[in-house]
Amino acid sequence: MATTMAKALNTALADALAADDRVVVFGEDVGQLGGVFRITDGLQARFGEDRCFDTPLAEAGIVGFAVGLAMSGLRPVVEMQFDAFAYPAFEQIASHVAKLRNRTRGALSVPIVIRVPYAGGIGGVEHHCDSSEAYYAHTPGLKVVTPATVEDAYSLLREAIDDPDPVVFMEPKKLYFASADASLPARTEPFGRAVVRRPGRDATLVAYGPAVPVALEAAEAAREEGWDLEVVDVRTIVPFDDATITASVRRTGRCVVIQEAPGFAGVGAEIAARVQERCFHALHAPVLRVAGLDIPYPAPMLEHTHLPGVDRVLDAVARLQWDDQPDPRWAAQGSAA
Amino acid sequence: MTTTPQAVRRASPRTRRAATPPDPARPLLPDAEPVRLLDKSGTPLPARTDYPEPPVEVLRELYRRMVLGRRFDTQATALTKQGRLAVYPSSRGQEACQVGAVLAVRDSDWVFPTYRESMALVARGIDPVEVLTLLRGDWHCGYDPTEVRTAPQCTPLATQCVHAAGLAHGEAYQGRDTVALAFIGDGATSEGDFHEGINFAAVFKAPVVYFVQNNRYAISVPLSRQTAAPSLAYKGVGYGVPSEQVDGNDPVAVLAVLTRAVAHARAGNGPFLVEAHTYRMEPHTNADDATRYRDGAEVDAWRDRDPIARLETYLRARGVLDDAAVAEVAEQAEAYAADLRTRMNDQPSVDPLSLFDHVYAQPTPQLIEQREQVRAELAAARDEEGDA
Repeated sequence: MATTMAKALNTALADALAADDRVVVFGEDVGQLGGVFRITDGLQARFGEDRCFDTPLAEAGIVGFAVGLAMSGLRPVVEMQFDAFAYPAFEQIASHVAKLRNRTRGALSVPIVIRVPYAGGIGGVEHHCDSSEAYYAHTPGLKVVTPATVEDAYSLLREAIDDPDPVVFMEPKKLYFASADASLPARTEPFGRAVVRRPGRDATLVAYGPAVPVALEAAEAAREEGWDLEVVDVRTIVPFDDATITASVRRTGRCVVIQEAPGFAGVGAEIAARVQERCFHALHAPVLRVAGLDIPYPAPMLEHTHLPGVDRVLDAVARLQWDDQPDPRWAAQGSAA
Repeated sequence: MTTTPQAVRRASPRTRRAATPPDPARPLLPDAEPVRLLDKSGTPLPARTDYPEPPVEVLRELYRRMVLGRRFDTQATALTKQGRLAVYPSSRGQEACQVGAVLAVRDSDWVFPTYRESMALVARGIDPVEVLTLLRGDWHCGYDPTEVRTAPQCTPLATQCVHAAGLAHGEAYQGRDTVALAFIGDGATSEGDFHEGINFAAVFKAPVVYFVQNNRYAISVPLSRQTAAPSLAYKGVGYGVPSEQVDGNDPVAVLAVLTRAVAHARAGNGPFLVEAHTYRMEPHTNADDATRYRDGAEVDAWRDRDPIARLETYLRARGVLDDAAVAEVAEQAEAYAADLRTRMNDQPSVDPLSLFDHVYAQPTPQLIEQREQVRAELAAARDEEGDA
């Protein structure tokens, strides 16, 4: 049956609320309105104001409140309205949510899910389109998850709510209302497992969240060029699945990592480094990255220049030394130096 | 109910006049002067019906724990000088606040301390070695917070204020009558999380007592740089939270005010804010030089308001404390310090491999790899030692 990621997330929240009395859902506008993206639509009416409620407009407060609720034995699921509006909560997330288990040698755990609608491609004005996953992935103690399919949206969110550790659940905004055939409730692969979305022999495209559909489209387009590309969906940035990605790249010998976030010091840089460390002798070409530009997220009329699209991915694939020639881009710089 | 003509006549002059509506902020405001039940020499002031004096046996216990608390504090400072603690933020001079606050709550309540509340935690009955684990440096939090209903001592300022609101709301939601007591200092009231915490607690009517120890300095920065408010207790009114200020060196008043605040919260009336005016007799920590920002005369003036001497004078005058009892408490304090000294002189054992145990409930594959790497490094180091 055709459904959307937004509906899958909504169903996952409803099913979690029904399955476990300890689950509470709160944030800004999540009650009567059902959230600005309607992810919590109908939950307050169905489960009552005690279990799905609006809070004061204060993100540090929302996450800090969740810490206290978790200490009392509840399972809070909070919504940050937009990526960049989660920044006020960063101290609570980095200093408390991520560390409480470790600080107390396991005596206290705070199984909180922090839902963050993230990334761009929706024509949003500034501060509404940041890809903030690297901040969280760089913080030990957090799990960082980002679905790219409707079924994963349901399954990963249910698993996040049941997980004993805090999870930052990154929802790609531009995929919210894309429709796909899915039967809910779905259970897909668990945390820590990347998934091959499209098998291929010639090169591996590694992507997550909003970049996965781009990778799949690029792989389809690459058939015309005669390349058979494999697409791996990372799904859970933390915990990270080295095994699946390494196995794929060892098979194909070539790898392009795709992310929407600015490339410098990003998750894609980490993935490229890990692939290079593990697959060096299987590689026929350097691991390349296709990422957002290293700029503040641009205004809506300019965002398409920033976003890594199919053409940029295919350009990178073309540079994977198919004829055993060095990449001309780096070769030119090498001779100049 | 029928309205008699007399009642109408009585009411009419008032209804004709443009009546001033009652000021809704008025009941939330603190007294203009800090509540005080003993003067600075320990002589009782006129009793107050709004803050009844705690029972005498509770005051004797307050005295005992304050003496033990100060001895603990002195010992911790000495251990720091001997290199046994990495750092120690003393609360000497704040004994009435540290001990009075924890005596006002039950064991089943939750306490949210800052790094300066070591004395409060030992007064709550937590093992002093576990309290000092953070400062000794063998782990971050030495006690099990769920067992002693006490959050880890909080170093990121004011962040615990929001946790207290959440914990209190969660407990009430689950039908328990737990109160959360959140400690905070004067400087941290400038942090956003103080305001977000008290606002969340007020909106959700969460049973929290916010207890501000205004000891006049945030490291070196004086109160005048934190606020232009008449007193920190006035910060409650903006959030709809009733507030009080108290002489923080008057142990009887601190306990009386906090007892009322806790009762207010437990009865389902929402949070309460208390500001205690006190003074940090020691530098911020052993690493600080307080002579750079405050003069000795100021410190001496506060020495005259010593909370322990004040309570002792009062209890002796009431005939419920004598030389023998004072000596007995002093002896207990010495024994407590001696035991702490002995135990702190044992070098704690630390296990590098335990670094990976509690990052997540189950270590990630990457952490397992890193643990194996460290295990190999340790084995290699042991082999080298063996060869040498």
